[in-house]
Formats: sequence, C-alpha cells, structure tokens
Amino acid sequence: MEQPNLSYIHSMSGGDQAFERKLIDIIKREFPTEKKIYFDHITSDDYIRSAAHVHKLKHKISILGLDKSYEIAVAFEHNLREGNTTLQVEFESILTVMTTYLENI
Amino acid sequence: MNCIIIDDEATARAILGHLCKSVDNLSVLEEFPNAIQAIKYLNHKHVDLIFLDIHMPDFTGFDFIETIKNPPKIILTTSDANFAIQAFEYDCIVDYLLKPITPERFQKAIQKAASKDFSRSESTSTEQVEASTANDLYVNINRRLIKIDIPSIYLIEAKGDYIQIKTEDQNYTVHSTLKKIEDKLPVDTFLKVHRSFIINAKKIIDIQDNSVLIKKDVVPVSRSKRSELMERLNLL
Repeated sequence: MEQPNLSYIHSMSGGDQAFERKLIDIIKREFPTEKKIYFDHITSDDYIRSAAHVHKLKHKISILGLDKSYEIAVAFEHNLREGNTTLQVEFESILTVMTTYLENI
Repeated sequence: MNCIIIDDEATARAILGHLCKSVDNLSVLEEFPNAIQAIKYLNHKHVDLIFLDIHMPDFTGFDFIETIKNPPKIILTTSDANFAIQAFEYDCIVDYLLKPITPERFQKAIQKAASKDFSRSESTSTEQVEASTANDLYVNINRRLIKIDIPSIYLIEAKGDYIQIKTEDQNYTVHSTLKKIEDKLPVDTFLKVHRSFIINAKKIIDIQDNSVLIKKDVVPVSRSKRSELMERLNLL
C-alpha cells in the first residue's frame, strides 16, 4: 500500500524546518478530529456530510504525498454524493495508514 | 498589498500564510476559519486581496462573494477543480489555486493579482450601471423566474432565510438576503432603514419618531439610519 511522505512539505517549506515542524503539528492535531467527524457521519449514513469531510481529508492526503490514495478519495467523495459507499473500505484503509504515520513522526 | 486568508482548515491557513511570507510587499492582516468572521472584519477594514476557500460549512466561498459589497481581488483555493468555470463568472476572482498549492503556482497567482492589467473597478462599475438602469428584477420562486417591476416595490422585509418583497399588486417570498437584493436596487430610490427592512423612499406616506408609514405598513427606522433617511427628504 502507498505510504505517506514529506516531499510536498519539504518542497513548499523552502527549507524552513521550524515551519515544517509547525505544519506537521497542525496536521497531527487536525487530522484526528476530521477523521472522527467523517466516521460519525458515515456511521449514521449521512453521505452528504461524509462527502464534505472526505473532501477536507483529501487535502491532507495530498499533503502527505499519497497521490494514488488521493484519486481513491476523489472517487469516493463522488460516490458518496451519488448516495453509494463504493470505495469506503479502500478510503478507510488510507486513513489507517495516515494515522499510523502521523503517530510515528 | 495586504491580504486575508479564509479557510476552515488550519493546515490550509498555515500553508497559505507561509507562502505569503515568501512574497515581498504582501502582508497577511488576518486569518479566518469561516466566512462570517471575515465579513464582520471587512465591514470596517479594507483589504487588497483575499485567499478564499470554496468548501466551508454553512457559508461557502461563493456565498461569501455574493454577500460582500465591492469585493476586492480574490484568489480561490480549493481541492476541487470542478468549480473553475463557475469561479470565472465573478470579475473579482483573479485566480483559482488547486490544493495542495505549490510555491510556483502560488507565485503565478500573486503576479496575476498584482498585474496592472487586471481592472476590477471597471467591471464593478458596469455592474452597478446595469443594476441601477434596469427596471426589472427576476426572482426564483419554486424554480420559476418571476419578473418584478422594481418601481412597484414599496417594502422588503427580512424573514429568517427569506425575504418578503411587497409590491403594489402582490407580495413575494424569496429565499435570499436583504444584502443580495439591496445590491440589485437603485440606490437613489431604495434605502435600508433597519437591519430587517428596505423601503422605497418614494412610497413614504409619513414619518413619525423612529418609524415610517408605507402603504399600511409601519416600518421601524434604526437610529443609525435615521439621518440618512432625513437627508433624502425634500424638507420644507
């Protein structure tokens, strides 16, 4: 499975390591909340609100360099807006990978 | 050039803030996690440029643009490429940045915003002329666009998420805001006299204390609007 990386963060930081640390801290703080809200909505079959939070999570997926996973998230968001949950398992696997990664950096 | 950042995602605000630091003569005045706070700020502050997220809960970026009067230059930031066509229907939007934003693409957007070729003021004035010379207003009610003769409107009242438009012949309830309709009405005829009421000044019957009588409606006039109302009157 595709693994997260810090390529984007390094490329946009201009070598500012303090900023890189700050940004990673913000992501580590914000990601669990967004993930929880997504699970709350998907558990209650609220697909439209779930899609809105997949949309938000997409940004963090791309920041962590998960290009293929990003495409899955795009497709899953679209599916949710159409009222179906195809790719839910795949999307939630991405969240698991991200969780593990963020817990260890 | 100064700017503000509006995005409900802290990560996005941090990235934009950092990219702005790399630009000479660009200062970030404030960052806002939602559009409502930004609107309040813009009521008393001028900014040259806004970085605006489209997808925000309750109040989207497009709602924001529709709400503010004379919007400054705006660079949209979004994870969704599907809104690009809609974005360029607004003259104030100078560019459309897809997240994650790269420094190179960011610099290009800033150059566009700073470009002397981008003349927002011209397009804004054209819109004002169109709005002030047209006598018709179209409102969307149950998916029908209904034409209302603007001079026949004597009162508009805000009612939650709706406005009630009262004309000589008929009343209409429309899902909209006073702010939106105010921008479509000729300023020499219509006046917002209270946060919930716009009146047609030509239809006033009398004024007493802090209220005006229009047809059979008694409309409150807020203290802050009273002097503006009095200036409009041909007083003997």
